[in-house]
Amino acid sequence: MRRIISVLMENAPGALSRIVGVFSQRGFNVDSLCVAPTDDESLSRLTIITQGNDKVIEQITKQVNKLIDVLKVTELTEGPHIERELMLIKVATRTELSRSEVKRNVDIFRARILDVTATNYTIEITGTSDKLDAFSDVMSQSADITESARTGVCGLARGERALRP
Amino acid sequence: MKMMSGAAMVVEALKDVGVTHLFGYPGGAVLDIYDALYAQEDVEHVLVRHEQAAAHMADGYARATGKTGAVLVTSGPGATNTITGIATAFMDSIPMVVLSGQVPSMHIGEDAFQECDMVGVSRPVVKHSFLVKKPEDIPMAIAKAFYIANTGRPGPVVVDLPKDIVNVQNEHPYVFPSDVTMRSYNPTLKGHSKQIKKAVNLMKEAQRPVLYVGGGAIAAEAAPYVTQLAELLHAPVCSTLMGLGAFSSVHPQFIGMLGMHGTLEANKAMHNADCIVALGARFDDRVTNNVDKFCPHANIIHVDIDPASISKIVNAHVPVVGSVDKVLLQMLTLLADIDFSGQEEKLADWWVQVNEWRDKKCLDYDQSTQTIKPQKVIESLYEHTNGDAYVSSDVGQHQMFAALYYPFAKPRRWINSGGLGTMGFGLPAAMGVQFAHPDAVSVVVTGDGSIQMNIQELSTCLQYGLPVKIISLNNRALGMVRQWQDMNYKGRHSHSYMDSMPDFVALAEAYGHTGIKVDTLDELDGAMQKCFATKGLVFMDIAVDQNEHVYPMQIKYGAMDDMRLSKTERT
Ligand SMILES: Cc1ncc(C[n+]2csc(CCOP(=O)(O)OP(=O)(O)O)c2C)c(N)n1
Ligand SMILES: [Mg+2]
Repeated sequence: MRRIISVLMENAPGALSRIVGVFSQRGFNVDSLCVAPTDDESLSRLTIITQGNDKVIEQITKQVNKLIDVLKVTELTEGPHIERELMLIKVATRTELSRSEVKRNVDIFRARILDVTATNYTIEITGTSDKLDAFSDVMSQSADITESARTGVCGLARGERALRP
Repeated sequence: MKMMSGAAMVVEALKDVGVTHLFGYPGGAVLDIYDALYAQEDVEHVLVRHEQAAAHMADGYARATGKTGAVLVTSGPGATNTITGIATAFMDSIPMVVLSGQVPSMHIGEDAFQECDMVGVSRPVVKHSFLVKKPEDIPMAIAKAFYIANTGRPGPVVVDLPKDIVNVQNEHPYVFPSDVTMRSYNPTLKGHSKQIKKAVNLMKEAQRPVLYVGGGAIAAEAAPYVTQLAELLHAPVCSTLMGLGAFSSVHPQFIGMLGMHGTLEANKAMHNADCIVALGARFDDRVTNNVDKFCPHANIIHVDIDPASISKIVNAHVPVVGSVDKVLLQMLTLLADIDFSGQEEKLADWWVQVNEWRDKKCLDYDQSTQTIKPQKVIESLYEHTNGDAYVSSDVGQHQMFAALYYPFAKPRRWINSGGLGTMGFGLPAAMGVQFAHPDAVSVVVTGDGSIQMNIQELSTCLQYGLPVKIISLNNRALGMVRQWQDMNYKGRHSHSYMDSMPDFVALAEAYGHTGIKVDTLDELDGAMQKCFATKGLVFMDIAVDQNEHVYPMQIKYGAMDDMRLSKTERT
């Protein structure tokens, strides 16, 4: 089952490699990983997408929590939450039809065109991973995907729940 | 405010955290620190002959005292040589701090001479690590390292010190922190009261309780409370390899070590128990055998300071996160209000059963031969040390014989590499013990294979006048490997024996020590006598039966109590 683990940790050198180390050392999956400092510069927030049953997730959470640099760990998928991922995707459009199809789908998906050339569009889209997958699919039908980059998922719990030190 | 160089700060901080012994080996990156060590007497530096041994010595020191062992090594090969020692400490949750030199900051990443990413290489086997970036950070890094190493679930911590940081040319203000707090690190020590209550209720109801005691009980100095709980419940107590001594092995309620080479009574009692109280143990695969068949009738109360150890292998019905000592005190407080006067009567049937298993005398061995049985050597060692020695061990059959035939009445007397199973651990560990307790009897039980993995330390023993007694069970084989080959590979002894055994007596003498060779049973007692009457280090090279196996032994894929009792009998 797909799970989102959210980690609050010291924004310290080596902290990230320790977390990644726990995953590789203990044979846990990482489907995506997204990390950046928070509103408090001294802290980093890390979101990991992983797979596993309850027992595996319990172990992941506990093992990550055990790291000295880690303040809090929570599984977002346990409760109501919001998740978003950003994708930049470059598509080659060889015909007018293809160009208009791409633009039409950009509108439908509420994506944004960031860069245009005579034969290319570079598009930004934000949403759940499923939405990004769907958009990729649609793009591949109406144009040729040259390249794409995704940030990996980041997420927050809905309502009052929060990960604070 | 005191001004001093980075190197002086390292030494000053070590004094301030209370380090008495620093096990180390010099090299380019740490010469400044060595120079700072030269001019002082508070921290005794012990010059080893191999950095792996430095780590094991610090480890032995830590196991014997509960204090944090300290190591100092140079960058590159000095640092990497400690990795086995660090991993050994990590697996057994032993507090240790390793200070490693590093190439100057500006050369990190350039493949400089003797550069190695120590923080990276050690990462999977440390509790935490620091790469110090500024000289002013040295005192705090060292204070934090010692704090982390010896709080919560203990473990090794690496502090990597680039050469420019410890440079003797520049002076900086030295401030040792009066207190260390870390917002991201607050180990839970006291158990949750609701969980404690649940646990107590289960214990009260239990008809067939067993206490399963692990190394965590020793780390938490919980031995007196374990005894109180055991006596209150009148429950049989078994111990892991790491827990031996946390509950006295000569106590009438002790039923032995459990697990792969555990006693019949310990494994049977576990398998048939209705309530298992695990105290600082982690349901290691060397204990559980097939997890699916593990103790089918038992409610499991699992007390451990590391939440990640709970329900990792075996599901706990009542998990209690906390330090074993604190949790037991909480439990004992609740139990004090309960009337246990009928307990002995209540458990009478259970004890009848347990005693039946005991009566099988699973540790009996063939005493009719003239060849020296390894078990006999350990029994003789027990007699000649009045059961009161610090016994370190290497890894192999001799380790199991020592664990099974030397009853430990006190915690911190049995010093062995349980988790990693590191051959070469024994001698340096026994040396660390001897540094910690100069007047105590420090023995190492070893084998002809293991002793050769750190035998160079005989030289260190001479330098520091360490009277370690080496009891080498020489079976002319990698006995434990050979046993598995006998059992699982039709006796095909692929590379498990050595035709080129050195003359250990001559070797000991070459290093300036006493060597005693024992070839026959008749000589054993007298030789032991002489060993312990001799001042200084004695190397006992004892020829033992090459074909002896360690029994009992769990049968693979079986339940806890599916065991071989000898070469021909099984449960
Ligand atoms: C460093 C290391 N390498 C290999 C092993 C695997 N191993 C376990 S026991 C053993 C044989 C030990 O031989 P010896 O020290 O003579 O003890 P014996 O079993 O004969 O008593 C070996 C090779 C190990 N535990 N540690
Ligand atoms: Mg041997």
